Amino acid sequence: MSTAPVVTHGLADGRWKPLEILFWLLPLAAYFLAPGYLVLVSQIMIVGLFAMSLDLILGYAGIVSLGHAAFFGLGAYTAGLLAVHGWGEPISGLFAAAAVSALAGYLVSFLIVRGQDLTRLMVTLGIGLMLFEAANKAAFVTGGVDGLSGMMVGKLLGVFEFDLAGKTAFLYSFVVLFLLFVVLRRLVNSPFGLSLKGIREGGRRMPAIGADVNKRLTAIFTVGAAVAGVAGALLAQTTQFVSLDSLGFARSAELLIILVLGGTGRLYGALVGATVFMLAQDYIAGLNPAYWQFWIGLLLIVIVLFARGGILGGLERLAGPLLKKNRNGAQP
Amino acid sequence: MGNLIGVLFDGVAYGSLLFLISVGLSVTMGLMNFVNLAHGAFAMLGGFVCVTLLSRLGMPFLLTLPLAFAASAAAGFVLERALYRRLYKASHLDQVLFSIGLTFMSVAGATYLFGPSQQPVQLPEWLRGQVHIAGLDVGSYRLFLIGVVVLVTLALGWLIERTRFGAQIRASVDNQQASAGLGINVSRVFSLTFALGSGLAGLGGGLGIDVLGLDPTFPIKYMVYFLLVVAVGGAGTVKGPLLAAIVLGIFDVAGKYYVPEVGAFVIYGLMVILLLLFPNGLIVRRS
Repeated sequence: MSTAPVVTHGLADGRWKPLEILFWLLPLAAYFLAPGYLVLVSQIMIVGLFAMSLDLILGYAGIVSLGHAAFFGLGAYTAGLLAVHGWGEPISGLFAAAAVSALAGYLVSFLIVRGQDLTRLMVTLGIGLMLFEAANKAAFVTGGVDGLSGMMVGKLLGVFEFDLAGKTAFLYSFVVLFLLFVVLRRLVNSPFGLSLKGIREGGRRMPAIGADVNKRLTAIFTVGAAVAGVAGALLAQTTQFVSLDSLGFARSAELLIILVLGGTGRLYGALVGATVFMLAQDYIAGLNPAYWQFWIGLLLIVIVLFARGGILGGLERLAGPLLKKNRNGAQP
Repeated sequence: MGNLIGVLFDGVAYGSLLFLISVGLSVTMGLMNFVNLAHGAFAMLGGFVCVTLLSRLGMPFLLTLPLAFAASAAAGFVLERALYRRLYKASHLDQVLFSIGLTFMSVAGATYLFGPSQQPVQLPEWLRGQVHIAGLDVGSYRLFLIGVVVLVTLALGWLIERTRFGAQIRASVDNQQASAGLGINVSRVFSLTFALGSGLAGLGGGLGIDVLGLDPTFPIKYMVYFLLVVAVGGAGTVKGPLLAAIVLGIFDVAGKYYVPEVGAFVIYGLMVILLLLFPNGLIVRRS
């Protein structure tokens, strides 16, 4: 159960800090201390994974996407359809979802690299809406507005059954999220990740240092789509249901909000944003959803106008002087 | 054959409405370089002003239209002064987020004020029914729509090409610094232009209640269409959005009429193809 020893061994530019290890122990603490909230916490982790996939393409590569839910939904329907048609083994389902979403992401990426911000916005929005319409109209495959039900998800690793309390779902989501996080953390700290930041900051100058911008954008968009697909598949398998709104525009917009709320370009922002957003939503869920939307809108405007960088950016600014003092103290 | 012409006519009416609402967005996106996803909210405001005046005060339809324009223009002016102008220099992401936030707030606000359901509209007698022109029966409301849009477009062209204010707009968007140096109050011109665009959206929202319908999700439901018209047509021009709006209007109506089982797929597919072929829009603005 302890995660610390696995992760401390050397990453070139990213040694794990104590705060990070503590962060990853939090969900496990929740597992033991708040067993009534397992379902909510697994959903937070899934949404966090989804937001992280958007962070790859938006926070690192600077591609504004309004249709990222397309890949999430694609993954969800892939895993869901497999399970409905008798292939209930969850882990292979995840891989299948990742493969389908990655392929779709790869194809879409060629449209992405062609245009600038506005075209990208429109193309991602258009693709998302097209998939939504397709799933809506192909009701004989997807169940249309009623959603895809009747999934038979098999035992995890052939041993652990998905239970009502959500214990298996929780641990499954946690392990998948953590493994993918380790991989992505490595990826964004690599020279490749650094070159993405370079593209984000000023793509035109990147070819001058020998970086093929389009190739990199294609690669990261594909990876982002694959991770989103895994998140979708996780949601499908753990809730045993896929609904049309896993593909909807509202989900893409919400995801943007979550990521920006937490802070872009730092992976953890996605996780913090998902946690804060989902807890708040769970808390206010009893109220009229219209009010919820009103406050979300207001929050967005406030973030954009006054709190750029989101929660983590704000914390960094607050803690900046403090950390600097510490560092100076440690290494004079 | 009569069917085909009927579909074409409806498509043109629908497209001209889209154009009327989108032309303001074309200015904000193309000339002020602001991605304003909340543009539909101004159209919705105009729609609600019309409906309220019609049903609560029993005002004649024609009188409600200028008021819808005025209300949306005023809202646009105030919001531009208070919020939008702070973000002209911000990244597109910030603008997108800001305007999504504004859209959400407008949807929630409209739900609070008017309830979530579709607004019923009773058009005046003379706009209902059909008119017989050149052997064809066409809806008089749609004919009226096209007429108004033609008038507004001509007026807009005159305003931009022939008046002093139009010259100031063109100068300001081409080169802000030089214009300011010539004594043009650029920030005032921007505010008024934004207000004009919002007002046109409001007018379109009011005119379109019968064609587009009106409920609080309006800004999100039609957001794509407005964006589409601008992105496909080429932001910052008037001809581009006009062309794009008519093409999209015809395709959308034809798609829904001939292949209803495919639905809105037609329009999104068309958009992706057009964006692939013309990444900068059908008509590129010379600068």
